[in-house]
Amino acid sequence: MNGYEPKLVGFLCNWCSYTGADLAGTSRIQYPPNIRIVRVMCSARIDPSFVLVALARGADGVLVCGCHPGDCHYSEGNYKTMRRFPLLKRVLATYGIEDERVRLEWVSASEGQRFADIVSDMTERLRALGPSRVRTALQTDQLER
Amino acid sequence: MGAKKLQVALYWGAACGGCDVAVLDTNEFILTIAEAADIRFWPIAVDGKYKDVEAMKDGELDLAIFHGAVRNSENEHIAKLLRRKSKLLVAFGSCAHMGGVPGLANLTRKDDIFATAYLGNASLEPGNKTIPHPQTKVDGGTLEIPTFYKRVYRLGDVVEVDYFVPGCPPAPAQVKAVLLAVVKGELPPKKSVVGADERALCDECKRAKTEKKVKRFYRPWEIIQDPSRCLLEQGILCMGSATRGGCGVRCPNSNVGCRGCYGPLPGVTDQGAKFLSAVASIVDSKDRKEVEGILAGLPDFASFAYRYGVPASTLQRSHGA
Repeated sequence: MNGYEPKLVGFLCNWCSYTGADLAGTSRIQYPPNIRIVRVMCSARIDPSFVLVALARGADGVLVCGCHPGDCHYSEGNYKTMRRFPLLKRVLATYGIEDERVRLEWVSASEGQRFADIVSDMTERLRALGPSRVRTALQTDQLER
Repeated sequence: MGAKKLQVALYWGAACGGCDVAVLDTNEFILTIAEAADIRFWPIAVDGKYKDVEAMKDGELDLAIFHGAVRNSENEHIAKLLRRKSKLLVAFGSCAHMGGVPGLANLTRKDDIFATAYLGNASLEPGNKTIPHPQTKVDGGTLEIPTFYKRVYRLGDVVEVDYFVPGCPPAPAQVKAVLLAVVKGELPPKKSVVGADERALCDECKRAKTEKKVKRFYRPWEIIQDPSRCLLEQGILCMGSATRGGCGVRCPNSNVGCRGCYGPLPGVTDQGAKFLSAVASIVDSKDRKEVEGILAGLPDFASFAYRYGVPASTLQRSHGA
């Protein structure tokens, strides 16, 4: 696994988690640069197909972050995410995607340290797990039957 | 009719034959087709061999209708052959369109399928461990059978497809409309899905719809349903919200939830993910444990949500080790 750096895609809600990640930055908290952050207005905006597309296009892991339950800027959005996630995880398991590749965490605007810890932890877990096979598998499927 | 009859071929790949029956279900209209067209090749109904198709000039056929998914080298060979020989190639039915029920095999592996079918099957002769191989040496030479691929493909994965007609099977009225469009030359832009609507099935469904909140999901036999009310609101899985209309609401009108055979709505790739999103959102709880308990009432959800479209889904197949 020499030189392997996991590619982690993060979908962060604008009001809590993205602000939390911003706080990590302004507070000069160190965390791995492996994460590519996509800001969305609410964790409920994260259609399950976003996670699937990220994996199909070569992400080694996907992190979804939203406001803590009860704190949603739109009052109920993160509950929708909370309901979708267990079902999405089950579908991913059926497709043979390892459990650790996709994760949901609640991060508030004041939890810069927590955000940095989550990213560090997930990056290390993905590093130990090794690269995702999804993208290459889909490419080779079309070349050799 | 005009001077030259339409030259037509129909073929089945990995299919159950239901699409061929759907063509026959147009009843006496089939005779109208026979008036306007020469059926040059149709394994289920008309005599004709592969070598007859091979002997045709490229582009000699006007229309080739392909049902079924691409599961083995024979399916792919004929798909490519018909593509070359025909001006128009139509992916007909859920299997050719999205992989269909045979596509569910993509959630397991070739080795496991063979082990179940040829080694573990209770109806096998005891001690028989015959597994099909593409080539077998026998006295006097080598026998060949088609190679079983490691996964299922849509027709569109192996050849360029001009039109897609969804459905398992396509509704006879739609079959008629599609054939008439070809006969009259009134064709929509290439690559379009024809014989279906641009809106969700719910749009055509007559059942009353109110706010959806579900505390428990029911298998169809676990509940006496209200035939006038939305099935999903009653906790019975119905894929109408994630599925194209155009079938005539056949299933919900028969008190069965939509299974999604008409495929995703325009602009959507992953029908299962859209359905997942809709189903999970209506769970009536804010407590994680309770949510998981309610969702536990949906065993094997992936096979339900992707019943007709694993090869067409974003992940296409199992990626397990």
